[in-house]
Amino acid sequence: MVSLNTLIVFLPLAGAAINGLAGLLWPAYRKQETLIGLIATASIAVPFALLLSAFFGYQGEAIRFSAFSWIAAGNLQIEFSYLLDPLSLLMGLIVTGVGSLIHVYSIGYMHGDSGYYKYFAYLNLFIFAMNNLILGDNLLVMFLGWEGVGLCSYLLIGFWYQDMEKAGAAQKAFIANRIGDFAMLLAIFLAYFTFGTLDFAEIQSQIRGAGEAGALTEMFGDRLFWLTLLVFIAATGKSAQIPLFVWLPDAMAGPTPVSALIHAATMVTAGVYLIARMHDAYLASPEVMLIVVVVAALTAIIAALTAIAQNDIKKVLAYSTVSQLGFMFMALGAGAFTTAIFHVLTHAFFKACLFLGSGSVIHAMEHGHAAEDPQDIRTMGGLGKHMFSTRTTFWISTLAIAGVPGLAGFFSKDEILASLFFNGFGQPLYFAVWAVGLVTAVLTAFYMTRLSYLVFNGKERFKSSAHIEESKPVMTVPLWILAVLAIAGGYIGLPYLIGHGEYHWLNHVWFSGTIINRPLEEVMHEHAAFEYVLLALAFAVSIGTMWFTYTFYRKHDLAGDAKVQGFFGRLYETMRQKFYFDEAYDALIVRPFSWIGTRVLAVFDRQVVDGVVEGTAAAVSGIGEVFRRLQSGLVTNYVMILAAGVVLVLAYLVWG
Amino acid sequence: MDFLTPHIYSYLAVSAVLFALGAIGVMTRRNAIVVFMCIELMLNAVNLSLVTFSRMHNDPAGSMLVFFVMCVAAAEAVVGLSIVLAIFRNKLDVDINHLNIFKW
Repeated sequence: MVSLNTLIVFLPLAGAAINGLAGLLWPAYRKQETLIGLIATASIAVPFALLLSAFFGYQGEAIRFSAFSWIAAGNLQIEFSYLLDPLSLLMGLIVTGVGSLIHVYSIGYMHGDSGYYKYFAYLNLFIFAMNNLILGDNLLVMFLGWEGVGLCSYLLIGFWYQDMEKAGAAQKAFIANRIGDFAMLLAIFLAYFTFGTLDFAEIQSQIRGAGEAGALTEMFGDRLFWLTLLVFIAATGKSAQIPLFVWLPDAMAGPTPVSALIHAATMVTAGVYLIARMHDAYLASPEVMLIVVVVAALTAIIAALTAIAQNDIKKVLAYSTVSQLGFMFMALGAGAFTTAIFHVLTHAFFKACLFLGSGSVIHAMEHGHAAEDPQDIRTMGGLGKHMFSTRTTFWISTLAIAGVPGLAGFFSKDEILASLFFNGFGQPLYFAVWAVGLVTAVLTAFYMTRLSYLVFNGKERFKSSAHIEESKPVMTVPLWILAVLAIAGGYIGLPYLIGHGEYHWLNHVWFSGTIINRPLEEVMHEHAAFEYVLLALAFAVSIGTMWFTYTFYRKHDLAGDAKVQGFFGRLYETMRQKFYFDEAYDALIVRPFSWIGTRVLAVFDRQVVDGVVEGTAAAVSGIGEVFRRLQSGLVTNYVMILAAGVVLVLAYLVWG
Repeated sequence: MDFLTPHIYSYLAVSAVLFALGAIGVMTRRNAIVVFMCIELMLNAVNLSLVTFSRMHNDPAGSMLVFFVMCVAAAEAVVGLSIVLAIFRNKLDVDINHLNIFKW
């Protein structure tokens, strides 16, 4: 069994190596698109099948397997080992499952690209890194994956690197992630310093032991606070939260399937996963939980407001992703770790479907020569008539993300809002966060309906000469599968499907605790009446907003945006300018640093550093100038000096 | 016949004079071959003192060393003269003060 499990992790690496090396060394191979695509897809699909069998055969006890012993230095023993427990299994299924579909889709989407083999090699490498991240049994293996996904993200955002803007976006993503990675590294040092180990299980049991003994402060002091804060800072980088989220919208420069896989479904949820993995530490530091929930709420609403005023189809989806990640972090901050992971799952389905759908739209716009900018929704409209599959799946996912009852997004989003609300009984701040979450849910339904309507319905605004065609089945079949999952994915939260007798299949991994130090279920039970109110509210919010938006845009079409602008007034310009985050960073960080660089450090370098170096050289040659006079080149002189020396030594020996 | 039996200082004096002559030659002469001969002179001066001390201390080690010096001197003469010859072929000149191409 061990060898099979190892395949889960290392098969994608093998796929990357085969495609990458063969393409690099053997130019004829680069044209074999079908072969490349098949190898790449198979090396993800097989791990998916293995994970699926592990998932259904799961016996309630975590499976560990070790590839080799990595570091053995004194007390520090690091195994290159992996862990299959419900959390990592579920994450693994999302990564490899959605990953497989996106690989299939990419076969069609990347057709004819000169970097075809490179693209699939990077994609496989990404899955390998992601598997390390989520299956790793200790912080160091996790960190390896953490850095690996950052690298692959950089490579794939800058995939069309000849375009300076795209290369710049890749660098921006990499640098923003580095800031988070630095916090992650500090967190790992602190974890080793505090616990003497990097094993997740060991850390968890130490915290639990201390917590049960009521000795958290005595044992760890404020280290848990700093540890969880550092991990959260790392998560804001990888998972695009304020203040480090600015890279994600720009990351849309990469190929669209990459946006779907890395920047919507998998990598950006790494932070959510990590916090869920270290939930014991978080439950032990309620202050950080509050920080998390407030930051998340701000991120969610700011990103949602920004999304309303964007006209680029991928930008809208990017800000929507940031906003939905905010929802996940809100759940984490409320101690509802299960719910957060549940939202990761449902979000992976519908957001991947939306991104792939947008890819299909862009593909059609581009190949149909429909407009100058194939991503501008103002030049679309009425595409639904030409693209049945794309339209249907896109609308299904829109319904799902808006939280229409019965679809995946409804279950997870409703649970998040409920957990926030019920936490409010312990800490009133959560009521405020819940309100922000509710407003964000309204905004989400609004901007997603606007997007879908302006793209697929209404008047045709693209060039009349355009020839719009539906994408090939290799692209539409993954869309349909994801759309079905976007409908059905919510039901795994229901007990009868899994039959563990508990509300959540994931629940028994985690002891339910929350910020109010009581199991959430208990509080929910106490205030059961509210649950129906919340349910009704969620119902009204999603359906009401969608119905309103749909009729609004059907009446005004594109002119509706002007009315929206009127509604928001001055705020609208701020929303369109993305709340000036880029400008603020430019003014606060980039420009001061480059000023210091050119005015202070460059001068220091020229005057002082160069001065020291050149001064040393000048001193040496100056001294040489004097002493080389001694070298007359006359042998007799040398001999005489030699003789004089001998005489002196002798004189010293005789009379000295 | 006592005056016919030279005192040991006489040998050492001759040795010192020979050595000084050699040294002065090396320092003042510019012809490479003459310099070479002067070096040989210095070596022989040393040989003479070695033999003298060997007899004085009744220790054959000194005399043995002389043989080695002679061997080395012979070998050195071979190599040295070949070098001088090679230089002469290239520059038609054996003045050592003109051999300063490595000077700065």
